[in-house]
Amino acid sequence: MLDQALYAIQIVAIAVLGFIAYYWGANWVLDRSLATNATMSHETIARRDRRRTRIRPWIFLAPALLLLAVYLVYPVFETLRLSLYDRLGQNFVGLSNYQWAFGNPADWFRSATDATGAPIIDAATGLPIVLNQGDPTFWRSTLNNVAWLIIVPSLATAFGLVIAVLADRVWWGGIAKTLVFMPMAISFVGAAVIWRFVYAYRAAGTDQIGLLNALVVAFGGEPQVWLGIPWLNSLLLMIILVWIQTGFAMVILSAALRGIPQETLEAARIDGANERQIFFGIMIPQIAGTILVVWTTITIIVLKVFDIVYAMTNGENGTQVLANLMYRWTFISGDSGRGSAIAIVIMLAVLPIMIWNIRRARAAEGAL
Amino acid sequence: MSSLKITNVNKSYGNVHILKDINLDIQSGEFVVFVGPSGCGKSTLLRCISGLETISSGTISIDGRVVNDVAPSKRGIAMVFQSYALYPHMNVYRNMAYGLKLMGMPKAQIKQKVEAAAEKLQLTNYLHRLPKALSGGQRQRVAIGRAIVRDPKVFLFDEPLSNLDAALRVQMRIEISQLKDQLPNTTMVYVTHDQVEAMTMADRIVVLKDGVVQQVGSPMELYEKPQSMFVAGFIGSPKMNFLNAAFADKFGANVVGIRAEHLEVTPTGGAWSGKVIYSENLGSDSYIYLDVGAGEPIIVRQSGKASYHAGDTLSVTPRLEELHRFDASGNPMPH
Repeated sequence: MLDQALYAIQIVAIAVLGFIAYYWGANWVLDRSLATNATMSHETIARRDRRRTRIRPWIFLAPALLLLAVYLVYPVFETLRLSLYDRLGQNFVGLSNYQWAFGNPADWFRSATDATGAPIIDAATGLPIVLNQGDPTFWRSTLNNVAWLIIVPSLATAFGLVIAVLADRVWWGGIAKTLVFMPMAISFVGAAVIWRFVYAYRAAGTDQIGLLNALVVAFGGEPQVWLGIPWLNSLLLMIILVWIQTGFAMVILSAALRGIPQETLEAARIDGANERQIFFGIMIPQIAGTILVVWTTITIIVLKVFDIVYAMTNGENGTQVLANLMYRWTFISGDSGRGSAIAIVIMLAVLPIMIWNIRRARAAEGAL
Repeated sequence: MSSLKITNVNKSYGNVHILKDINLDIQSGEFVVFVGPSGCGKSTLLRCISGLETISSGTISIDGRVVNDVAPSKRGIAMVFQSYALYPHMNVYRNMAYGLKLMGMPKAQIKQKVEAAAEKLQLTNYLHRLPKALSGGQRQRVAIGRAIVRDPKVFLFDEPLSNLDAALRVQMRIEISQLKDQLPNTTMVYVTHDQVEAMTMADRIVVLKDGVVQQVGSPMELYEKPQSMFVAGFIGSPKMNFLNAAFADKFGANVVGIRAEHLEVTPTGGAWSGKVIYSENLGSDSYIYLDVGAGEPIIVRQSGKASYHAGDTLSVTPRLEELHRFDASGNPMPH
């Protein structure tokens, strides 16, 4: 344990020192190789000065660009390539991995049986037709992701906003905000471990160690296998992410609320607006931009949700989501083709929101 | 009947006593300016009248009705804020209509009222713009328009011109004065720290200091008959010259005050003489800073250009009828 810690510290120190040496050294080399002195002609001095200023940004950007290229740009293309190859990445298979996932759009709304339940025979081959409606788990995961996408950002933003508003009105608001913010510091896996204890199930009649079942039993109910109940189990997993993300939404929205000019609220009071009208009519519109940024930021986190599902149910009982499905196909089933195809689907879903979010954030910065 | 009556009003935040026993009787249709240095409580008093702040004791009545416990929107007041406080997400029309809409006024009537106010304030062409697309002066007019449409009995202004540049401030000062003439029955209460605004706009000025009313009177009363050294020093620009010790003893006072414009300049033989430290030429008139040995230099105002330079010796004589004498506690002594 201690060895590992020392090793980690060593690695960090080497990396930091290495980068300092690189920045300092490269800068020194640049200054030396394009040095100027009084004996040179004006043109030479001007040219060398120009060149130095042109090269210097690249020296400082190079490591970041290199790391981005190796760890971000290259994987994107490699994933795209793998998604077009078979399970071991050896033979080109075209779009068949995507066809496996999505199925054939023409088959989506068709049935393989007629009204009486008898299979429909293909006239050309004389055999019963086989429909490709895609992988059911893939579709289930997509559906679950959509549910996550709608529920988590809405709830986290709404709770964050309500807490931010209410916390400013009571003396213990600061403490409350700290407590709400704390889950932000916990990793998703850590949060999942905590919440396993909340949802834990023991057979009826024995002591319930799960908070939720303990409450249910205390009020005279039957203990439930919470994570085994379809749909409710997904919702229970979403609550974990809401629990984590509410703190983020609260902090950002709290700052935005503080930025609202107090006098506009007073003017509204003189205009005869009540608390509710001031909140919805004057405050919310003034922080609408921030609400959207918070919303989309959480949306992106949700699209990539993996750890919570992995640690809580591993996608069983209908809780599967795309990121976990990708992980299973790639690393458990060893099919890099299907795994990569799912990865590309996730990326394409995140991309538009990401671009919009960055634009939005830039516009907000420009407005400040 | 007075439209705004403030009786024994006190306001404290915890142990900090902001307003101390304020009594004011403001007549219907009067333009009253609260003036005083920052922290004197003038804005707090205005906010107490508006109902945005509660009062700790005393009564405030508007048109004979005690409004201590009446919500701001029900007091018959309207307020123009220092920062304009326009709703940034609403266009000019909706900014002005918001209060009327909340009152439940029919749409047609709202439209008529807003358009009438916009006409009066030259905002007709801007009704569909957002506040951020308006200049400072236009924003100020929208804020005033938002107040006008409410048909208030009392119009409250909280330092409305301090965010404008100097030229615009003069223009808006005139516009507000003209607005007052158009609304003869509306009482206006105006808070400022700028004594020029107070002098030029007010029917009556209320001078406040440390939460206490120092003097209430017309601008000329305050200028000519200040009831304390504080008022004498606060009203008028440049500040009144105060001299003590030997200078004051001669007049049988503890301190004597004389305004810059009430000193006659003579090359020699005047009452006080000394060296010129500095002189400012403003074109129409000039200020000469003269060290007569009274500690601080005294300021002398001359019309036209002055041709004095630092180091010149000059002699000045106060006009005796304009000399203010104060006793040891800062109260004026009779002539």
